[in-house]
Amino acid sequence: MRRILVGLKRVIDHSVRVHLRVDGGGVVTDGVKMSVNPFCEIALEEALRIREQGLADEVVAVSIGAADVEQQLRTALAMGADRAIRIASDTTHEPLVVARALLGIVEQENPCLVLLGKQAIDSDNNQTGQMLAGLWNRPQATFASEVRLTESTATVAREIDQGIEILALDLPAVITTDLRLNEPRYVRLPQLLKAKKLPIETTTLTELGVETETQFQILEMEAPPIRTDGVQVETVDDLIAALEQRGLI
Amino acid sequence: MVKVLIIADHDEVQLTPGTLNVVGAARRLSPERIDVAVLAADGERVAAASSSIHGVDRVLLIEQKGNSPYLAAVWAPQVAALAADYTHILAPATTLGKDLIPRAAALLGVGALSDITAIDGPYRFRRSLYAGNVIAKLSADPNKTVLATVRVTAFEAPETNGGAEIEPFHVEAEVPTHTRHVERRGGEQSGPDLQTASTVVAGGRGLAGPQGVELIGQLAAKLNAAIGASRAAVDSGWVANDLQVGQTGKIIAPELYIAVGISGAIQHLTGIKDAGTIVAINKDAQAPICALADLVLIDDLFSALPALIHGLEARRAS
Repeated sequence: MRRILVGLKRVIDHSVRVHLRVDGGGVVTDGVKMSVNPFCEIALEEALRIREQGLADEVVAVSIGAADVEQQLRTALAMGADRAIRIASDTTHEPLVVARALLGIVEQENPCLVLLGKQAIDSDNNQTGQMLAGLWNRPQATFASEVRLTESTATVAREIDQGIEILALDLPAVITTDLRLNEPRYVRLPQLLKAKKLPIETTTLTELGVETETQFQILEMEAPPIRTDGVQVETVDDLIAALEQRGLI
Repeated sequence: MVKVLIIADHDEVQLTPGTLNVVGAARRLSPERIDVAVLAADGERVAAASSSIHGVDRVLLIEQKGNSPYLAAVWAPQVAALAADYTHILAPATTLGKDLIPRAAALLGVGALSDITAIDGPYRFRRSLYAGNVIAKLSADPNKTVLATVRVTAFEAPETNGGAEIEPFHVEAEVPTHTRHVERRGGEQSGPDLQTASTVVAGGRGLAGPQGVELIGQLAAKLNAAIGASRAAVDSGWVANDLQVGQTGKIIAPELYIAVGISGAIQHLTGIKDAGTIVAINKDAQAPICALADLVLIDDLFSALPALIHGLEARRAS
C-alpha cells in the first residue's frame, strides 16, 4: 500500500480580519469562520492528484486538536481523502510537539510521502515539516512549487529567495507546499454531506508516546502600530515634489 | 553567559547581506561571544566577508565537499553538532534559514522561533502572528538552546571594519545522502537586491501583463530600485516567484516603496508595513493600499508611470 500522509491545521479563515481580544490574551475566535490552512489544502490537493495519477493508493489526512477540527477533517474527506485521523488535544502545541505527534502517526502508517503546508497563516511558524523530517531522518523539500513522483524518488521544485531550486529526494520524504503548487478543487455540497457520515479515527498524544512540553510562552499580544494617515497627491508632478521634499529622490 | 552562533547564509561566492543584520540582532543579546559558522565546500571568500562584520569574534570555517550547494539535510546535523558551545543559534529568515533552523532544532530536541522582530533580553523576543495583525512578546526557557530565524529588516547591519580570526573547523556529524541537489533555475539578479534595496518599485494585478511589467522596470531603473511584486503578479506568470513581497514571500523595509496597481491584501501589506514611505499609484481610491500609503496618486498606471519616468528624467536634466 503506497500511502500519502497529509497534515491539516484548522485556522481562522484567510479572509477574516483578525482582532485581538480586549483582555489581550489572544485573538477573537467566537463566531469567526474557521478553515483548513490554505497551504495544507494545497498539500491535500497534491496528494489527491498523485493518487489520481495512480502513483499512490491511499491519502490519509491527520490533524491535531479538539473535536472541532473534525470539521476540517471532514472537508478533507469531502475533497477525496480516504481516511482521517484526529490526534485529540484541547490545547495548542509548539511545532516540535506537533512534529513528534506526526512522527508517531508516520510510524503507524508508513507513508511513502508526507505532504504539509509550508506554514500556517495563524502562527506563521514554518517549522513543522522541517522538524518532522529531522526527527525522522528523512529528506525534506520545503516551499514546493512542483512535485514529480517515481517509485522510489521525488523530484521537487522549490521556490527560494533566488529563483527555483530542484531537489531529488529518496522516498519516504517530507514535502511542504508553496502557493503555486496547485489550485485546490472546490468541495461540492453532496460530497460534504456524504463526508459527514464517514468515520474519523482518533488517537491521543499519550497513545503516540509524545509528551507535551513548552519552551516558549506568549507573555503579551498587541496590535501593530498603525501608520499615520497618508496624503493624496493630485498629479504626477505633485508626487515628484512630495518625494523631493522627503529627500527620497 | 550568552554565546551566539550565527549560521552564514551564502552561495560560496557572496555572503547574503541579511547575515550582517543577524549580527546586529545578536549584539542585542549582550553576548560574551558571537561566532559565525561558514559551512561550505570552498568558503574562504565568505569567511573573509564574515570576519569583517563588526561584533563578530570568530569565524568557524567548516569545509567539506557536500556543503555546496546547501542542503538542509546536510547542514542541519553539523549545526546540531556545534550547538553544545552556544546558548543561541541564529540565522536570517531567508529561505535558507527557514529551511535549516527548524530541522537543526529538532535534531537537538528543542523548539525554534521564526522571524523574530525584536529582542528584549537574552530570553525575551517579539515576533508577529496572523500576517502581522498581532505582535507577540515571548519568553524562552533559559535552560534550552534558543534557535531562531531573524527578520533582517528589523535589525541594523553593523559596520564591516572588523577583523575576526578565521578558524578552520572540523565537525563530527554523519551527513545523509538521501537528498540531492539537481539544479537552480533563474534567480539572476539585475539591479539591487529586493531584500535590502533602499527603494523598491512593485507591481500587482493592475500591471495587466508584460507592458505593465516593462513600465515598472523602467521606473525602477530610473530610481536605482529593486523590483517587487504582489502574489497576483507572480501567479499570473508576469514576474518571477522570488519577487513576491508579503506574508509568505519576502518581508522588506525599504526607505521608499512604490506600489503600482497593487490593491493591498493584508498578506501583501504585512510585507511592507515597516517601509519608510509607501507610495500607492492606483486607479481605485478604495483599494486597501491607499489607506496605508503615505502618498497616494489616484491615476491609471499606464499614463501615470510614463509621466513619472519622464518627470524624473526632466528633473535630472535640469
